[in-house]
Amino acid sequence: METTINVMLADDDEEDRILFREAFKEIKIKTNVVTVNDGVELMEYLETHTSHLPHIIFLDLNMPKKNGIECLNDIRSSEKLKHLSVAIYSGSSSEKDIEETLVQGANVYIKKPNDFPSLKKVLNIVIKIKLQYQLNGLNKDNFILSI
Amino acid sequence: MTLKLNMDGNKMFKMTLERQLNKSGLEFQLNGFNEISLKDDLEDSQIEELKSLLSSYGIEIIVEKNLKIHLIKKAIKEMLTMVDFNTIKISKYLSKKLNYKYTDLANIFAEYSFCTIENYIILQKVELVKKMILQNDQTLTEISFILNYSSIAHLSSQFKKITGLSPTVFKRIVQRRLELKL
Repeated sequence: METTINVMLADDDEEDRILFREAFKEIKIKTNVVTVNDGVELMEYLETHTSHLPHIIFLDLNMPKKNGIECLNDIRSSEKLKHLSVAIYSGSSSEKDIEETLVQGANVYIKKPNDFPSLKKVLNIVIKIKLQYQLNGLNKDNFILSI
Repeated sequence: MTLKLNMDGNKMFKMTLERQLNKSGLEFQLNGFNEISLKDDLEDSQIEELKSLLSSYGIEIIVEKNLKIHLIKKAIKEMLTMVDFNTIKISKYLSKKLNYKYTDLANIFAEYSFCTIENYIILQKVELVKKMILQNDQTLTEISFILNYSSIAHLSSQFKKITGLSPTVFKRIVQRRLELKL
């Protein structure tokens, strides 16, 4: 049986959404990608698709209407959603921002890469590690990564 | 009031398994503790159905292809608890333990778990470090000694390479999450 990771992405920038989709297409592990345009759409989707929730959600930190941290807080305070893995990406690479975001409950903090090959590389590592947690029954609370 | 309980895990497992298999209408026979024979071969879709039925009871079907991977992982876990595992050569240890050529094992492993054996061992070690850091009763020096790192610096750099964080920052994040009750 082939392993497929269900991925969700919330980003208001169309170009970024396209790049992410392309990058996921090119990595070895099979992924199923759903994209939404902002945080409000994301939360609506998660609340209405409770039977097939994504394994991991990638959130842009800066989005209109509802930003990445607000989504993260909503996800972590919902009984139905709090178990989901969340990766937040942002242009900032300040150690303080990284730590604060992880403390809020993000599993992964991604310093957004500037070029496509690096994006592909980063997403590949995140999905690979996520899969290891899934396959090997590792303690999900300790899935904390900065990349 | 507190009641002390005792249970027979074997019996529980067997009864659950029998009940679920009967429910699915399959003709079967239990062979010892962890194996069943089915009268008819199952289609892939039927295996999937059975898998999901049993998984809700915490019972996992080990598909043949994955059995070797399962055994490799088990052997690695055992190895990590050995006192002097640093002196063990992984390839020798695994091929002896599983009676199989290491290159074959390495290929099967990489193909089905998307990770090389060497990387898997590093990940497992880092997970152990995390667990020990959070248990809070050992210093980093002690942890690096127990897990056979040559020094704290070696432990910290491997930890940072895998998680992107230093052990201290990792610990602080988890502690602050606890304070926030996340």
